[in-house]
Amino acid sequence: MSATDFESLLREALTPVDPPADLAQRLELTLVNLTELAQEELESWELSTMRDPRNWVRPAAAAVIGASAGTALVVLRVRGRHKVRAEQSSNLLELAERTIQDFAEEARRILPDR
Amino acid sequence: MADDQPKNKAELDARFTELYRAHLRDVYSYSYYRVGNHHDAEDLTEQTFLQAYRHFERALRESNGRPLRPWLIRIAHNLAANFYRDRSRKPESAIEDAGTISSPHTTESLVEGREELRTILAGVNQLPDDRREALIMRFALGMDNREIARALGRTDGATKVLLHRAIRQLEGIVADAPPDGASADPVEVST
Repeated sequence: MSATDFESLLREALTPVDPPADLAQRLELTLVNLTELAQEELESWELSTMRDPRNWVRPAAAAVIGASAGTALVVLRVRGRHKVRAEQSSNLLELAERTIQDFAEEARRILPDR
Repeated sequence: MADDQPKNKAELDARFTELYRAHLRDVYSYSYYRVGNHHDAEDLTEQTFLQAYRHFERALRESNGRPLRPWLIRIAHNLAANFYRDRSRKPESAIEDAGTISSPHTTESLVEGREELRTILAGVNQLPDDRREALIMRFALGMDNREIARALGRTDGATKVLLHRAIRQLEGIVADAPPDGASADPVEVST
């Protein structure tokens, strides 16, 4: 028997097997149920998350950290220009005024929405 | 292929439905020849698609547009391995007896009356796992070397060699088999 003949027989012996009709229906139903369950689960999870105060910690912490980082940046920049302000000021009162103005300008630039 | 990704959940589900309809027969055929009976093949097919559904989005993203059939068959392959490990048993039913369990359509009915084909089918079941699986993928599912390589996690070259050796070994088994009619006993599916 030639190799081609043998492969033809092998192909005949290993005929594809059709799944039972009810398997397709059952599987589709399972998948639809899974999708609906997942959707319901997601919706109820979102609602319960908003109601549960324990879940407010993370967004609150993010806001605090963001504000702290912004403030630290303003302070750093204002401090970096201290020497220039000191040279421009004739007395301590003028230096204090210039420092406050600098703080206000940096805060407006770095924290525009706050 | 980022543009080819589904935009929302509905689109993702629609894509999965397409995949499932296109390959249900492939997964079922593979499962049937792997486990040897319709009951377990149905179970394995169902588990394969549920598993595929869970990871479908990632598979689409990582496939870069390549066909997903090898991925599906690989899932079935892994689940079949777990199937026997978890149950700590080999399949009890012979492939020839499987038709009575569920579907009216059976491979046995097609093979019926063709002793030559029955001998070949029995020979396939005597092959080592990897060779048997490669033959199932090639001849029952019509997969090419590249697809089989992806499903089995091998290189294209190694897959070509695997298929060649599987066919040669099977030819030897068939040539050594008793003459027509002498091997009436059903052969159990090996795992």
